[in-house]
Amino acid sequence: MLSDSDRIFQNIYGMKDRSLAGARARGCWDGTAALVARGGEAIIQEVKDSGLRGRGGAGFPTGLKWSFMPKEVGERPHYLVVNADESEPGTCKDREIMRHDPHTLIEGCLLASFAMQAHACYIYLRGEYIRERQALQVAIDEAYDAGLLGKNAAGSGWDFDLYLHHGAGAYICGEETALIESLEGKKGMPRLKPPFPAGAGLYGCPTTVNNVESIAVVPEILRRGAEWFKSFGRENNAGTKLFAISGHVERPCVVEEAMSITFRELIDRHCGGIRGGWGNLKAIIPGGSSVPCLKAEQCDDLIMDFDTLRGLGSGLGTAAVIVMDESTDIIKAIWRLSKFYKHESCGQCTPCREGTGWMMRVMDRLVRGEAEIEEIDTLLDVTKQVEGHTICALGDAAAWPIQGLIRNFRDEIEDRIKARQTGKVSAVAAE
Amino acid sequence: MSDLRKIIIDGQEVEVHPDLALIQACEQAGIAVPRFCYHDRLSIAGNCRMCLVEVVGGPPKPAASCHMQVKDLRGGRNGELPEIKTNSPMVKKAREGVMEFLLINHPLDCPICDQGGECDLQDQALAFGRDCSRFEEDKRSMDEINLGPLIKTQMTRCIQCTRCVRYMTEVAGVPEMGCTGRGEDAEIISYLDRNLSSEMQGNVIDLCPVGALTSRPYAFTARPWELKKTESIDVMDALGANIRIDVRGREVMRIMPRNNDDVNEEWISDKTRFIWDGLRNQRLDRPYVRGTDGKLAPASWEQAFTAIADKMAGLSGGQIAAIAGDLVSVEAMWALKQLLAQKGVESLECRQDGALIPTDNPSAALFNPSIAGIDEADAILLIGTNPRLESPVLNARIRKAWLNGAEVGLIGQPVDLTYEYAHVGAGPRSLADFDQSGFYSVLKNAKRPMVVLGNGVLARRDGLAILGTAMQLAEHVGAIQEDWTGFGVLHTAASRIGGLEIGFVPGENGRALPSILDGAATGAVEMVWLLGADEIDMNRLGGAFVVYQGSHGDAGAHRADVILPGATYTEEPGIFVNLEGRPQQAMSAGLAPGEAKENWAIIRALSAHLGATLPFNSLAELRAQLANEHPRLWDEMDMPARAAWQPLVAGAMDDTPFAPTIQDFYLTNPIARASQVMAQLSKDAAERAAVAAE
Repeated sequence: MLSDSDRIFQNIYGMKDRSLAGARARGCWDGTAALVARGGEAIIQEVKDSGLRGRGGAGFPTGLKWSFMPKEVGERPHYLVVNADESEPGTCKDREIMRHDPHTLIEGCLLASFAMQAHACYIYLRGEYIRERQALQVAIDEAYDAGLLGKNAAGSGWDFDLYLHHGAGAYICGEETALIESLEGKKGMPRLKPPFPAGAGLYGCPTTVNNVESIAVVPEILRRGAEWFKSFGRENNAGTKLFAISGHVERPCVVEEAMSITFRELIDRHCGGIRGGWGNLKAIIPGGSSVPCLKAEQCDDLIMDFDTLRGLGSGLGTAAVIVMDESTDIIKAIWRLSKFYKHESCGQCTPCREGTGWMMRVMDRLVRGEAEIEEIDTLLDVTKQVEGHTICALGDAAAWPIQGLIRNFRDEIEDRIKARQTGKVSAVAAE
Repeated sequence: MSDLRKIIIDGQEVEVHPDLALIQACEQAGIAVPRFCYHDRLSIAGNCRMCLVEVVGGPPKPAASCHMQVKDLRGGRNGELPEIKTNSPMVKKAREGVMEFLLINHPLDCPICDQGGECDLQDQALAFGRDCSRFEEDKRSMDEINLGPLIKTQMTRCIQCTRCVRYMTEVAGVPEMGCTGRGEDAEIISYLDRNLSSEMQGNVIDLCPVGALTSRPYAFTARPWELKKTESIDVMDALGANIRIDVRGREVMRIMPRNNDDVNEEWISDKTRFIWDGLRNQRLDRPYVRGTDGKLAPASWEQAFTAIADKMAGLSGGQIAAIAGDLVSVEAMWALKQLLAQKGVESLECRQDGALIPTDNPSAALFNPSIAGIDEADAILLIGTNPRLESPVLNARIRKAWLNGAEVGLIGQPVDLTYEYAHVGAGPRSLADFDQSGFYSVLKNAKRPMVVLGNGVLARRDGLAILGTAMQLAEHVGAIQEDWTGFGVLHTAASRIGGLEIGFVPGENGRALPSILDGAATGAVEMVWLLGADEIDMNRLGGAFVVYQGSHGDAGAHRADVILPGATYTEEPGIFVNLEGRPQQAMSAGLAPGEAKENWAIIRALSAHLGATLPFNSLAELRAQLANEHPRLWDEMDMPARAAWQPLVAGAMDDTPFAPTIQDFYLTNPIARASQVMAQLSKDAAERAAVAAE
């Protein structure tokens, strides 16, 4: 188990003082000016060396992403945008950072912005996060009052302004280019890529969009060194990670653990085990609602990291583990996700606009068993027609849960259809 | 050329410009890529996903070829050329998938849809779609939206390609449409649920790839395959937009634009597009002669000609005058000129608005920079003109230049031109003091400055002085360069330049328009021939004997003593010279109604009656003779050589502010005044103006 001293987020449970004084007592803002003095190149190299992969779901190496920004500031200013539009069902890790440990994020914003030569950073906050906004704004104000932000931020010689922008509650605005559109005051619809934000992002200027957690861990990586961070987790899956476990466990929680922890250890140690014991586990969704689910059999020795889960045809995503026990109607659970994606599709491009509704409606009938067996394959085919054909990844996100369901629980769907057709309730069909 | 990039498309090696989108590169290679949202003249939306192609060596998913550029392609590791495929299984599957998605919520009501037969969705579904539908859920339906009397909506058919939204916002410059809602509920609406106010909104009908936006006046009247299509030229303004006239039998059913990058790109104004119901109403379909009771009575051609011959017999050339209207072809004017020349008539006038356009100085009469030249201009000064009404399509071109960074200044009435401009002043005083205005330095520092003078200004008493001042100004700010004449007159009449070119203007002893009218009032001019001229003040014709030759029962016909029914521009071939001097041929799409004849033929027949037969028996012979004098207009059909720059001298101008040239855009000519659609649009525009004034 990760020892307490190795935890980056010392106040993730909110038991301690979240004010600036409290954060300072826990080590935040310690020697920030000295970190800045190392220079932008060194900071980016340190982050690269640490092996930090983006915590927003895609797992793209953060340091590499930063290095895509132009080396020199040209006519257009650089921007850092922090994606705090945490809207994926099951994912609730960033809110804990923002309401309990906001100074890790704010310090990270300064360091990351400096590394990319940005004088301004915007935090785009999910519309439903009211308390988080209040807490974060208080922390930002504190930081300004203490001279940690603004002119010569934290005595580093770098002028830096941090703005908190409250979204209006659209899931799609968590997609980085839709987020930028929304931040510019437009309708939150993803842009076509290329150009990527590092070339032309916010107001057409070079921009990097990072997840809250990716930014919040940076100060600690710089303070303790890349080697320390890299010492956790397997090769290529370095570091500590916030896991958000919800669903049918005894004690759902958000907890910081080392990467590559086994699923069993994560659940048993931090969540009090599966409700009704391990035998009662039916399936998990290991990385937030958009990755395919895994069956209980796959969870026995499951290692929670990017590469293992990808190898299993799923993904670590945001490490928001949704645990479902045998009482779950898995078809209905996935249907609920389909409904979510149908509701959140921006409607810009055809496959997602039309496909999400179609998939949801077929799922709707599968829940009740009012379908033909052949329709399962049709549905699978429809998900393939959406996947990879859309402007942004929402189409993929809508397709994958259904693909996972059909891959793992096809028999259950078929049983329900048969039960409906014959009038005999099969043993497998729940509800 | 070295800046071309070699790529492989479907195994075929092609050289293309790196800035091209893949879809354009495919087109150059002769490979058609299906598309809905992509349009050459609009911004890239990339939302229909129909144009997906496979990029070899790229990510394992297809790319939108409308958005990805040739320069985004990467070659292979070993120096292989970049390669894309448009016929691979991946692409085929992607297209089938997108097509199926587009169709699941599209009502399959093709039999009752006006787009049927010319529907992109229909055609592409056949070519690229699956053979059957697997969608068993209920289809979505949408509420209708109100876009006004021109555009009929059936929003359930909409595939959200947003072409209409982009057109209204980018080209028309009237951002009144948008896409609201999310996901399945995304819908195209007019923001305020009001009639669109653009003068060129009809183009969205052509842009709409499905039957969501169709023509309301044309609704349910014809199928595209029943129509005979004739490529022709529009005469509603001086632009000379290239059009296609679709007729069934004798009736013009609709008018559509043709592509001509040098003239109208592919847009036409609503007046051009929806004028056709005016071609059916108020037509003069037989000759009339005013009887002794003072009333016009139907007559035979023989009687009409006799009445004219009787009158002419007693008159000398100096007592006869002729005025040509705005919609008259070169041939008709030329034939009338020949006819009257036999009688020694010198009072010919093709400027019925009284504009003092110099007849011997093309640089002061033409739109010298050319229409396409507007794209090059980086600073434009408009003087006494409202291009939005005088030529909406040309105005869209100015807007395009503005979008590309050109700055615009205006001296005249401050009106909404669909783009921002610096309002320098309202009248000649601002022109005289232009060098003290803020826009002066903008124009002076521009690389390609352009001064545009409205035709209406020339109809003022001090028109020549203003023209001279404007030309001097153009020269002063450096608009006259070795390869650039940045001065142009924005004309409003299709026949004007043609008339000037063939010399349908007063001869040495002839009278110009004011003098003709004065002469008619005093009796010095006893006979006035109105060749389609309806926009003069008929009350000033006094007791003159008036021959009206034209197509519609408008002001001229009411005043006439003899009416000779002629064909309209859709019913006879004719040459029209547009404001930049470009001769173009309008074609006959159908026959004139009743006994109406082609205009040149009427004059030729009359000449025989007068005993002085004109030396041509067919239009071809007429044109051959015309070409002897003016080879550019017919044999060569060429743009004029760049006019030698002859600036007029500035003169004393009075202080009256410039008045609008066009009072009512929708009612500028006899055909428009006979159109119910135009009457409705005129009423709507007046109501909008009244609301705006409040």
